[in-house]
Amino acid sequence: MNAVPRSDVVIIGAGPAGLSAAIYAGRARLSTVVLEKALPGGQILITDWIENYPGFPDGVAPAVLMEGFEKQAVHFGAKIVTDEAREIVPDPVGWIVRGGKADYPARAVIIAVGARYRRLGLAEEDRLTGRGVSYCATCDAPFFRGRAVAVVGGGDTALMEAVYLAKYASRVHLIHRRDRLRGTKILQERLFADPKITVEWSAVIDQILGRDRVEGLVLRDTNDGSVRELAVEGLFVSVGMDPQSEFVRELLDLNEWKEIRVDGRLATSRPGIFAAGDVIDAAPHQVATAAGTGVAAALSVVEYLSKTG
Amino acid sequence: MSDNIPSVTDADFEAEVLRSSLPVLVDFSAAWCMPCKAVGVIAADLAVEMKDKIIVRLMDVDASPKTPAKYGIRGIPTLLLFKGGELKESIVGAVSKEKIVGLIAKHLS
Repeated sequence: MNAVPRSDVVIIGAGPAGLSAAIYAGRARLSTVVLEKALPGGQILITDWIENYPGFPDGVAPAVLMEGFEKQAVHFGAKIVTDEAREIVPDPVGWIVRGGKADYPARAVIIAVGARYRRLGLAEEDRLTGRGVSYCATCDAPFFRGRAVAVVGGGDTALMEAVYLAKYASRVHLIHRRDRLRGTKILQERLFADPKITVEWSAVIDQILGRDRVEGLVLRDTNDGSVRELAVEGLFVSVGMDPQSEFVRELLDLNEWKEIRVDGRLATSRPGIFAAGDVIDAAPHQVATAAGTGVAAALSVVEYLSKTG
Repeated sequence: MSDNIPSVTDADFEAEVLRSSLPVLVDFSAAWCMPCKAVGVIAADLAVEMKDKIIVRLMDVDASPKTPAKYGIRGIPTLLLFKGGELKESIVGAVSKEKIVGLIAKHLS
């Protein structure tokens, strides 16, 4: 395994939290390596438009915003490396982040790996993924031009996906387990104003119908248990996010949702390891809060390193 | 979308992919699809690393809608592996390079 020279801080993940941390670490003149397993930007890139990031009154394309984060991090000296962190192990002067391509020794580590979409957990789900089951409306909406689709979920992402899909689909059914939505009010207003969108209240999906492609859903009413079929050719799953904390589950304290426990300074249960963004407990899953906790984690690293010499 | 993988279209799919003597990995992608960019980077790597074993081609589903429809593709990124004119493997979504390499390796003799 290759070992690269020790850096002051290794940041794992180049989404909003990791890149914000990199900007602050770079400006503090810490040698900074950012590990990213795919492409810089993070999961926000799969949404079509950001209109709640402060300072952009007309909204901004996720790719444009995140390219700005990345350029700013690189400008202040951060080195972005394509590699996936596999584990973090202690060494006499700090930690070693073991990647797929090399080992990355560091005096401090910031974990900003984010979260990924949660699966529904139905038996047919894997087989029909890419055959009508999708987790990315902006990727797959054009395949459903003039067809009926369903979105399952009730949070902001589900509401945004339903409104986005209505531009392509002939009809969008939003399937929600409760009798009210949790998503932001302005998104609810847009959803209810769209004549193509119907909300299927108090309903859960028992089964996805179709052998080689999605042909319909079996819905169960959560009040009376009655069952009915809904003919759709697409199912967009938006039932929440899971933190990608698997690789540190033995090392760090996690909460019951596998989120990394941090204190007010973003410190984890191990000295010198900090965490930020959607992977930490009670994260609101917003670009602005991910950026904010990334900044705070970097400042904590600066303070930690000044004390440890 | 990755610029360094040669493209294939509906028009030349049969000649380039189905009649190829080497196995062909086709990366179905589109400009609007962000996770496709991550898979595109992996596909471009494989085009170099496995150049004696497989051919890698990019298909823009926007410009070439017939082939994705023929193979029932309703989601991208999707990678399809063809060998001897037959579909051998279908890999949907942004999966790891190791997993993609493993699935391709099963069909290389």
